[in-house]
Amino acid sequence: MPQKVFAPWDDPQEKPLIQFKNVTKRFGSFTAIDNLNLDIFEREFFALLGPSGCGKTTLMRMLAGFETPTEGTIQLSGKDIGGVPPNQRAVNMMFQSYALFPHLSVWENIAFGLKREGKDKGAIETRVSEMMRLTRLEKFRNRKPHQLSGGQRQRVALARSLAKAPKLLLLDEPLGALDRKLREETQFELMDIQEKTGTTFVIVTHDQEEAMTVASRVAVMDEGKLVQVATPDRIYEGPNSVYVADFIGDVNIIEGRAHQTGDKVQVIWSESEPPLMATTQKNFSLDQKCYMAIRPEKVGISADRPTAANALKGKILDIAYLGNISTYHVELPSGHVIKAQEANTRRIARRHFTWEDEVWISWTDTAAVLLEQ
Amino acid sequence: MRRLILIAVPYLWLLAFFLVPFLIVLKIALSDYNLSIPPYTPQLDLSAGWQGIKDFYDALDFENFTFLTSDDLYWKAYLSSLKIAVISTFMTLLVGYPIAYGMAQAPDEWRPTLMMLVILPFWTSFLIRVYSWMGILSNEGLLNKFLLWTGVIDQPLIILSTNTAVYIGIVYTYLPFMILPIYAALEKLDGSLLEAAEDLGCSRLSAFWLVTFPLSRSGMVAGCFLVFIPALGEFVIPSLLGGSSTLMIGKVLWEEFFSNRDWPVASAVAVVLLLILVIPIVLFQRNQERQQEAER
Repeated sequence: MPQKVFAPWDDPQEKPLIQFKNVTKRFGSFTAIDNLNLDIFEREFFALLGPSGCGKTTLMRMLAGFETPTEGTIQLSGKDIGGVPPNQRAVNMMFQSYALFPHLSVWENIAFGLKREGKDKGAIETRVSEMMRLTRLEKFRNRKPHQLSGGQRQRVALARSLAKAPKLLLLDEPLGALDRKLREETQFELMDIQEKTGTTFVIVTHDQEEAMTVASRVAVMDEGKLVQVATPDRIYEGPNSVYVADFIGDVNIIEGRAHQTGDKVQVIWSESEPPLMATTQKNFSLDQKCYMAIRPEKVGISADRPTAANALKGKILDIAYLGNISTYHVELPSGHVIKAQEANTRRIARRHFTWEDEVWISWTDTAAVLLEQ
Repeated sequence: MRRLILIAVPYLWLLAFFLVPFLIVLKIALSDYNLSIPPYTPQLDLSAGWQGIKDFYDALDFENFTFLTSDDLYWKAYLSSLKIAVISTFMTLLVGYPIAYGMAQAPDEWRPTLMMLVILPFWTSFLIRVYSWMGILSNEGLLNKFLLWTGVIDQPLIILSTNTAVYIGIVYTYLPFMILPIYAALEKLDGSLLEAAEDLGCSRLSAFWLVTFPLSRSGMVAGCFLVFIPALGEFVIPSLLGGSSTLMIGKVLWEEFFSNRDWPVASAVAVVLLLILVIPIVLFQRNQERQQEAER
């Protein structure tokens, strides 16, 4: 049975849970958030991605109520939450440092928010047990935070922020302090918990892999602006700018001049080399400056001239061997270096190519994306 | 070998400057008063050989300690000292906590200056600072002159030579010892803990009581001991600022030594005072250890 695809952002009938309307935030003369509009929908796992200082943390802190917008409004379920202090918002936050109370046990940490609501003892006990089961913390009930490992602390922080059943959960670099293996496991755990609880998650991260793994939609930010907001696959396959293409994953960028006929574009990029071919939905004027973005894994590498639309001859400059894949840096006669990636399906002793080999690199005319900026 | 020396040095130091003097004081406390120089018997006569040591040992007794229990001056003085030390420690905490809290909240660039201001009084002699309080608190002192000038009072307040002056003196003198450990505890406090508390539904005030206050507890305990221990045996402040009715064991000790010249009784008073102080000192050590453990 085909599942219904979760995509409320494509449905004009859907009311967003959070709406940023022309939000600007300034600290003194520094503009952290610049006239930003954004809709986040219920049950979404929304990732804010960007380099440090791009404003993603400020955006999150405005949602939590620790900062108020200088201009514009933020609405939660249709209500302006600009003046609502953090302790009265149906929003909880999981802090980057976890911010667990060191003098309280795991149980007391998770129960902290529930006790403030003045719930009765039985209800608190039930809810805390439920949260501890969800995050597999039953064994650590009476431990203090300093007696836990990094991964366990992370789970306590998550359980504590979920205990009050918030409409919206904010996660500030939730996995930053974990090592790589644990981080990957935890990413799936997070998605699992998000699905089980049905809470809307907004995650801030600078790790693009993490954002792509967990999120239903990713927003790439730069200097207080949203550069692109889309699903992970669209962000990766169809970046709207060189900035996004470069920020998400590895990419070769070739600068050239466009000669468009229909949806085909010839990119003239070098005096000595033939033009490259690409298809596009956009319209480029004659000789307009354009950027061809091509992912290394879409570039083939072979000893003989292939029949693909774009084929270039070069010399292997470097090989990055990563175990499962190898990245070949191929230098063209024009001086450009193009990265090509191949899966290592054979044992390394049987590798075709080595340093200084003359090779052909190629890609089809639909493999690359043409960008205007 | 090097390790042995490193361990031996502090122990030898403690042996020479703490244990040996303590044993001498204990020996005097077990002796009897006598009009001689030094003013007690027995004297150890090593020239008499083994018999001399035996005679010396036989002459020692606990008479002076029994005497302390028979005269109610002493236990009243101990109790009164305890009371004054407890109350003034509590008052120092009340005054010191807000100061430490303010320092911890101050912008980073202000903190070294504020810290400097707290430590600055140490650059002047303790004695001079206590004397200057006499100038402030006396009937014609600065405080009374100021209050009369503003018209708040029309009769000068009698503060000097009362217990109030002693409390003021102790709180003033030992305030830095309270502020510094509390400040150290508050300064380490992660600001995101308070944000987390607010995020989970706390008001600013309840976040303070539920997070800041318990997390500064170890600092408060350390500060209280650092004030309580010296305040208990305090002698200069009660004798300069206190009146004849101010009874403190430090003063009694001084009088026994220098007015009565009864060294054995004075030594007994000192030994008992030390034994009383061992309890809070041990508790203080425990607190420090627990704190270090929690930080690990």
